[in-house]
Amino acid sequence: MRSARALTLVAGFLVLGLVPVVAALANQPFYLDLFRRIMIFAIAAVSLDLILGFGGMVSFGHAAYLGIGAYAVAIPAFYGIHSGLVQWPLALALSGLAALAIGAVSLRTSGVSFIMITLAFAQMLYYLGISINAWGADDGMRLARRSQFGGVVDLANAYVFYYVVFGVLVALLWLGHRLIHARFGVVIRAAKSNEPRMRAIGFATFRYKLAAFVIAGAGGGLAGALLTNQTEYLTPSYMHWTRSGDIMVMVILGGMGTLYGPVLGAVAFLLLEDILSAWTVHWQVVLGPLLVLVVLYARRGLYGLLPGAGARDG
Amino acid sequence: MNWLLVVEQCLNGLQFGVMLFLMAAGLTLVFGIMNLVNLAHGSLYMVGAYLATAAFNRTGSFLAGVAFALAATLAIGMLVEVIALRTLYERDHLDQVLATFGLILFFNEAVAIVWGRAALFTAVPRALSGHLQVLPGIPYPAYRAVIILVGLAVALLLYVVVSRTRLGMLIRAGASNRTMVGALGVNIRLLYTVVFGFGAALAALGGAMAGPIYSVLPGMGEEILIQVFVVIVIGGIGSIRGALVGAVVVGMVDTLGRAFLKPMLSTVIGPSAADNAGPALASMLIYILMAAVLFFRPQGLFPAVRS
Repeated sequence: MRSARALTLVAGFLVLGLVPVVAALANQPFYLDLFRRIMIFAIAAVSLDLILGFGGMVSFGHAAYLGIGAYAVAIPAFYGIHSGLVQWPLALALSGLAALAIGAVSLRTSGVSFIMITLAFAQMLYYLGISINAWGADDGMRLARRSQFGGVVDLANAYVFYYVVFGVLVALLWLGHRLIHARFGVVIRAAKSNEPRMRAIGFATFRYKLAAFVIAGAGGGLAGALLTNQTEYLTPSYMHWTRSGDIMVMVILGGMGTLYGPVLGAVAFLLLEDILSAWTVHWQVVLGPLLVLVVLYARRGLYGLLPGAGARDG
Repeated sequence: MNWLLVVEQCLNGLQFGVMLFLMAAGLTLVFGIMNLVNLAHGSLYMVGAYLATAAFNRTGSFLAGVAFALAATLAIGMLVEVIALRTLYERDHLDQVLATFGLILFFNEAVAIVWGRAALFTAVPRALSGHLQVLPGIPYPAYRAVIILVGLAVALLLYVVVSRTRLGMLIRAGASNRTMVGALGVNIRLLYTVVFGFGAALAALGGAMAGPIYSVLPGMGEEILIQVFVVIVIGGIGSIRGALVGAVVVGMVDTLGRAFLKPMLSTVIGPSAADNAGPALASMLIYILMAAVLFFRPQGLFPAVRS
């Protein structure tokens, strides 16, 4: 059955890789835009799943890192620094640092407190964003131009940008695969299933969890950097708590604790949003109950429906 | 900065704290007894605000509006519990968070369909539109003073119900060992539905009273919900006493921070820098407080004793 799954995965990547070709042939640049957006959210969802699915840390504040990554691109651009070689590492570093601070406090608790605290910190950053007048306050600000890479990679070209995002997603999945099968990942997963026992046999689980939290935060920051480039606009609403909820839904919908599930979840969620919102402006009145049904009746997510998907692996 | 303003802002802080308490009490009760994280609690607050405003505008009687909102939200809460939430008690918190997140989307959109996305406004009821002399020479809006009194009365009532009545005994017993209570012949499902309904009614009371002073619009529930989370985390999850203390502390810190941080900062770092930093810092204050409390007491100030 492993080969059936591998085949499905390859097919999935081929489809994502061929979207620009199809979009060009059909003369529908809209799909290029849509799938780029989907992949950006997939990056955020995969990074969240590293702590949520594999580590059992229910962080309800992932949008905070998305926002920090977005600000890390937009603020330098506001002051005339357009180099992606400055902006993107800054996005990674700042979101990682924020995750370090937030994680250091919130990982002292667990369960419901952890959910509430991560949510509260994300909302704190949201309120911070809307109260800084110099950087657009709640209106946000326009990104004068997309990140520059010395003329080598031109993100203004929609196709180039698409494959950059595709490349980042594939790299993140590869990194995630290495991570969860390494000793580090095994410790994280073991701490999820029984933390006292892990501590008893001598692992400083707090440090491992914090490191995973920081990695996930940095992944969210990278997604945020891509997202401002995608929309060419910065708004604090990237950090709004509903965005955290959306990303979390993508993870669950796709199948948490799997590496590729969140990608599938991002595709399904954003396509559903696209279809429903074309149908009625009140699409959330449909999406909400749908979500309740998914939680109640389809617990393994879409990834569990794929041919050859193992019960619990990446 | 004069002392009149200080007293007035302290009362405002207390009034906000009381609103937070009405929300926090229901949320923490539901969590303490059913072990349910209910994100949709804010939606019940919003529904209460809308129903009260609509009924007030139609009948012209504020009391009738509040009474209608309380009864209707109680019914809606019990209905939601029976339809959607009942099956979630045994699930893990993640499932509960997601399902109630779905409910929030539904409720926010549903009120937008019925009443539109623009904010509704109502006036303060005429009988309470004046000012009271809380201390000689210090006038305070009568409506806000009534909110404080109602909130404190509810806190007292809740204390009496939980610690002195048969229902309260069942609630406490259900919180510590639900299987045993069920085995002793108590209809635990009905108890859960009733508790959830009363939690919903408390949220609706908060929403109904909020109507005339805050704007009534879709999503208003989540703004307060997240502050209520801060209250509960500070007070200790599952503890009503903790909810009361946390609510008053958060209400005070938030209100006083917004009122006085900017003028205080401007004496230190100059007015122009304070113009930017003041509001930003004031909006972060309660979260910083939460982080500080967690650093010293991860379980909150008054952790509930759970078996």
